[in-house]
Amino acid sequence: MLPKMPKPLLEINGLKKYFDVKGGVFGRKVGEVKAVDDVSFTVMEGEILGIVGESGCGKSTTGKSILRLIEPSDGEVKFEDQDITHLDPEEMRKLRRDMQIIFQDPYASLNPRHTVEKIVGEPLLVHGMTSSEDRKKRVKELLEVVGLSGYHASRYPHQFSGGQRQRIGIARALANNPKLIICDEPVSALDVSVQSQILNLMQELREEFHLTYVFIAHDLSVVKHISDRVGVMYLGRMVELTDKDKLYEDPKHPYTQALLSAVPTPDPDEVRERVILEGDVPSPSNPPTGCAFHTRCPRAMDICKEVRPQFEEVEDNHFVACHLYT
Amino acid sequence: MKTEKEEKQEQQPITNPASVDQQVEEDNIEETSPWKDTLKQLRKNRFAIAGFVIILFFIILGVFAPLFTSYSYEEQDLVNRLQPPSSEHWFGTDDVGRDIFARIAYGARVSLQVGFFAVTGALVFGTLLGIIAGYFGRWIDTIISRIFDILLAFPSILLAIAIVAILGASLQNALIAIAIINIPIFGRLVRSKVISLREEEFIMAAKAQGMKSGRIILHHILPNSAAPIIVQATLGFGTAILDAAALGFLGLGAQPPTPEWGAMLAGSRDFIQLAPWTLIVPGISIMLVVLGFNLIGDGLRDALDPKMKN
Repeated sequence: MLPKMPKPLLEINGLKKYFDVKGGVFGRKVGEVKAVDDVSFTVMEGEILGIVGESGCGKSTTGKSILRLIEPSDGEVKFEDQDITHLDPEEMRKLRRDMQIIFQDPYASLNPRHTVEKIVGEPLLVHGMTSSEDRKKRVKELLEVVGLSGYHASRYPHQFSGGQRQRIGIARALANNPKLIICDEPVSALDVSVQSQILNLMQELREEFHLTYVFIAHDLSVVKHISDRVGVMYLGRMVELTDKDKLYEDPKHPYTQALLSAVPTPDPDEVRERVILEGDVPSPSNPPTGCAFHTRCPRAMDICKEVRPQFEEVEDNHFVACHLYT
Repeated sequence: MKTEKEEKQEQQPITNPASVDQQVEEDNIEETSPWKDTLKQLRKNRFAIAGFVIILFFIILGVFAPLFTSYSYEEQDLVNRLQPPSSEHWFGTDDVGRDIFARIAYGARVSLQVGFFAVTGALVFGTLLGIIAGYFGRWIDTIISRIFDILLAFPSILLAIAIVAILGASLQNALIAIAIINIPIFGRLVRSKVISLREEEFIMAAKAQGMKSGRIILHHILPNSAAPIIVQATLGFGTAILDAAALGFLGLGAQPPTPEWGAMLAGSRDFIQLAPWTLIVPGISIMLVVLGFNLIGDGLRDALDPKMKN
């Protein structure tokens, strides 16, 4: 399904986002939360890269840092070979027509006081489509593309269901024919039955408009369904990244193994080896030394406490950050 | 409306397979805007309606004062001093024989104008400062918020007195003073609303679409923070009129012979035993206007609060 000569659309190198923790009487900086800590990956044109991880592992922050909705602390984000982390606000603003985002909560991501026409038409307006006739036509077109109808344009977000609202959010993201869409848990707030409809819609749209997605989710089955490649994050770091099939059949990193063994299967009689993790996720403001996972890793060695493992290609197209494979 | 409905029925069924579920069940949904909902809600509130009636009464009384009374508000008639209410002088006369009804009617103009201009001034500057502080944050927020703190540290009427003392006693300066003491009230309200809105996903979405700060503030933040501002403005109307009356009573507001209700109270307080109507009538007028605005304000608060909706 990939284009024959895939070239990278998005390259992330050593992306970091540290949030300052302020405390004390004068609000001095007393520490930092390493929400995203040295993450690197590449997204090819036309592919869907899934990013999974538990709550608070920095998936969303990664997604928003790529679009500079949250300013990254360090690292490089290259979009079509251009480093965008140091673009001035106006250049960045113009670039936003090519990089879009679909948010998690369709109830919070639409302005409650605007009609659908205004919500979907506004990105057109700010990127130069000044004629309201043209905008009206395009909005109608977009609504039909995402499975709504033209006459929905005059309604307000509260008159729609969650799934319909997410469709409006998708229409808004599509308005300016973007190349890349960051999907920040686009279905996790929806009912299971609606989830699959939205996922199918997104897949159809990808083929129709040659889109590239970075698909962030915590649901492993959802990611498996939609992605070409999958990255697994733990405590602000990418621990494993490979093709979907490889990851689900032959996970290398102990964390990925534990994660996958927790996915429920339809067959109740199937006997599986469950890897049960002990303890909680450590605080990202005080991550463990060495490998962040060593405190809970069933196969931890001495070296894991001291040396942070490199994120390396251990097999063809299979990147892992784990000392077991070096 | 009819043509619109016909159009809807002519819509082709959607062929996109992913949207089969979306054959919208409730196709005849009324297209109501949030503002229309509010108005509907407000109409159900009897107290708010009562407030509207009171305020409307005083507005009509003020605007058409010459039609209601043939007396002038400043012409003295020393022969008929301190007359009790009668068919000739509905609310009696004051210590220099002026018709009290005429003064109340013309005074309604003064009070409503004071309320309007003081609230508008406070609203414009308070909202502006509140948005700047809330949206841009950091040191700008610190400076603006500390100024608000300082202004709020004084008892408001004392601050108003100080401002009038500096500017000189006149109705216009009283109005400016009242506007200034109300700025931090609006400012803080707007600031806190903007800060909570700034974290909303749809604001981040607006940024992600590539909108500039000015557009985000005007089209996304302001309309969504309008509800508490409107409520505060309505309630502020009442307090502004009350403050103006207090300053008038102290001789720091409207100067004679302006028929300002507070000044009327002050002018007749020596005759409370002899001619109580000279005090009661302006007193009740002040109370009614303030009550009217408070009723409207409370009604608006309920109508605009989504949690109050059934």
